Amino acid sequence: MAEATANGLGQHALHAAHAQDAAATAAHAEVHQEHPIKLYLVVWAWLFILSTCSYLVDYFGIHGYPRWSLILIFMMLKAGLIVAVFMHMAWERLAMMYAIILPPILVLVFVTMMVFEADYTLLTRIAFFGPGP
Amino acid sequence: MAETTLTHTSPLDRPQGLRGIAADWASDQRAFKNVSWGKAMMWIFLLSDTFIFGCFLLSYMTARMSTRVPWPNPSEVFALRIGGQEIPLILIAIMTFVLISSSGTMAMAVNFGYRRDRRKTAILMLLTAALGATFVGMQAFEWTKLITEGVRPWGNPWGAAQFGSCFFMITGFHGTHVTIGVIFLIIVARKVWRGDFDTGRPGFFTSRRGRYENVEIMGLYWHFVDLVWVFIFAFFYLW
Repeated sequence: MAEATANGLGQHALHAAHAQDAAATAAHAEVHQEHPIKLYLVVWAWLFILSTCSYLVDYFGIHGYPRWSLILIFMMLKAGLIVAVFMHMAWERLAMMYAIILPPILVLVFVTMMVFEADYTLLTRIAFFGPGP
Repeated sequence: MAETTLTHTSPLDRPQGLRGIAADWASDQRAFKNVSWGKAMMWIFLLSDTFIFGCFLLSYMTARMSTRVPWPNPSEVFALRIGGQEIPLILIAIMTFVLISSSGTMAMAVNFGYRRDRRKTAILMLLTAALGATFVGMQAFEWTKLITEGVRPWGNPWGAAQFGSCFFMITGFHGTHVTIGVIFLIIVARKVWRGDFDTGRPGFFTSRRGRYENVEIMGLYWHFVDLVWVFIFAFFYLW
């Protein structure tokens, strides 16, 4: 009985919370994303600069690890700017950010698996067909 | 109740941080508190699309890592002769700038949409569509050039046979996305121009009233197309 009452109270509290929620969202219904245009222009300019930089990596023929790390750095910076500002992810709640951004990061596990798999395939190919034409 | 949510910058009266994640996900109702269904579903669609492109890039990585035959040098393959001089990757660089510019105009369109500036929104969306069409045109040019040079899904004159299949699959799928985006941009721009989101005119397909948030949802798709290109540019063309 005591449990039932407690449950009932809990339900009431929950309903109250929901009502508050609905009221809060309704009150904000007309509020929306509006950022100064300058922000978009700055991000736009940065995307141009970063793209130019990654193109210059190829133009100047940088090779080996410096090339790969520079490409990855510029790529991640560009992707971050697009997702955060242009797609407004920076202003979303964390529940949303994690739901969308975490799964693609987990693809890195798949990448690791395929790196081993590719190395193994290459090894067997070299073993059976020789080191290549 | 259907109209309860739009995106807003003002914080909800809910816990923040990790506690907020637990509270939002454990609330036994919708997890995305201040995100409308349209926007949440577009994000989830984009997430699934991320996996599709992720798998393409992953298979490309596997093919390139496991072949004994040297991979063709993209810097030379995609070079253009301009004024008697070979400029490496120049077409791809221009395509990148065109797509980034289209992302910029799209972001502006979303901004003006929320300011209820119909004219500017529609013009910027059409400009975005034009830049997207330019991109697809340049891609068609690139495909034509490579095909006449003898690149096929099963071989090419410069090295590993998998180069062609990876190239056609990845850029073809991306180009398809851009094309679909251009079509939808024109449809949404027409709606904005006609004032559908002000008068509450029912959509031709869903028969539901649209809102200016539709412009932002369209923008999410378009920025995603740009985002995918960032990864393709880095991994396929520059690597």
